[in-house]
Amino acid sequence: MAKLFLEVVTPDKVLVSQEVDSVVAPGSLGEFGVLPGHISFLSGIVPGELRYSDGADRESMLVTTGFAEVSNDKVSILVDAAEKAGEIDLGRANQAIERARGRLEKNRHDENIDLSRAEAAVERAVVRVKIAEKLI
Amino acid sequence: MATLRDILRKIEAVKKTKQITKAMNMVAAARLRSTQGRMESFEPYATKFAEVLGNLSSGMDPEIHPLLVKKDEIKKTELLHFTSDRGLCGSFNSNTINMAEKWVKDQQQNDRDYGLTLVGRKGRDYFRRRGANITTSHIQIYEQVDISFVNKMTREFTDRYLDEGVDEVYMIYTRFFSLGKQEPTLVKLIPIEPPESEGSAKGPAAEYLCEPSAEELLIELLPKHISVQIYNAFLQNEVSENAARMAAMDNATKNCSEMIEDLTLVFNKVRQAAITAELMDIVGGAEAIKKA
Repeated sequence: MAKLFLEVVTPDKVLVSQEVDSVVAPGSLGEFGVLPGHISFLSGIVPGELRYSDGADRESMLVTTGFAEVSNDKVSILVDAAEKAGEIDLGRANQAIERARGRLEKNRHDENIDLSRAEAAVERAVVRVKIAEKLI
Repeated sequence: MATLRDILRKIEAVKKTKQITKAMNMVAAARLRSTQGRMESFEPYATKFAEVLGNLSSGMDPEIHPLLVKKDEIKKTELLHFTSDRGLCGSFNSNTINMAEKWVKDQQQNDRDYGLTLVGRKGRDYFRRRGANITTSHIQIYEQVDISFVNKMTREFTDRYLDEGVDEVYMIYTRFFSLGKQEPTLVKLIPIEPPESEGSAKGPAAEYLCEPSAEELLIELLPKHISVQIYNAFLQNEVSENAARMAAMDNATKNCSEMIEDLTLVFNKVRQAAITAELMDIVGGAEAIKKA
């Protein structure tokens, strides 16, 4: 069966570079799936869970904003940061939620703080915990 | 004429200097390796990014995003300038500062208002002494720079471009070509000139299904393009700095060795002269006694 080649690239390193059967990614217009033979495709990526499977192996990882390109059965995902589910530290992720929420509460009336960004930080932290918990 | 003891002391001093420069050379070499690693791991990201952006922007109308539109009249400009935090790296800093100085003169000649955003202590000290218009300066951040810091910087620049009347943004950093060659480079950051697409003019819409539309995607990618360039500059500059320091320290070590050799030669000559003089004394004395 035809395979996809998946690459997950961040500015720091190439996180994934392998053959897979399918990819499901959080696009800016909703989650999308890619199977071999997919049409050439470009999409924004929003913070969320990226899943891919190779045979019986299933992997899940956290990605932040970026974009994805699909062409000739090659999927390139370029994001600011990504973490494999197994590498997320649940304790630290939970702390991050608390920290982000605290900051949001404390500064709700401070006009200098960009509220939408603070909210995005909370959301990111929550997604990270969700992914980590699912794994355990 | 210097005494034996003076020369000996000098030799010891130079030996110690040599030890220090040698150690610094090795530290720079180690740092170079690690920063070079980071630069190389960024490359796949940057390459892929340029490729996609090039594909996407070919055949696109520049009017769709203000960051692509050239302003008719240039009145205010901004420069992002990279230097190192520490010295002892040869002509590394003076080269890039010269270039920045030339840029500033250029702005003044054309009656433009300019602002400087400085990264690195050396550049900040230099321009502060001269009372240049410094917008912001960042020192000692090379070790902690990550993409989110760069994104913040990009946002500041784009905000200034869109809202505060800055008409052009430039950047000067030292580009790393090889261990023996690093050169200061001037790049125009905003308005953005998108990289040329390599695969002729196929047009993005025909080739890709885009989600959301190609225009919207491009708008999202443009600020990122600036971030990628700035981040690249950070990495290149750091690698160049370490390469320059390594070369400078290598030279210094060589010069120390040469100096030690020369001084040892002088030392031996002086010693020989002293022995000869003493011998003459003794022989002369003995002759005198014999005659008496």
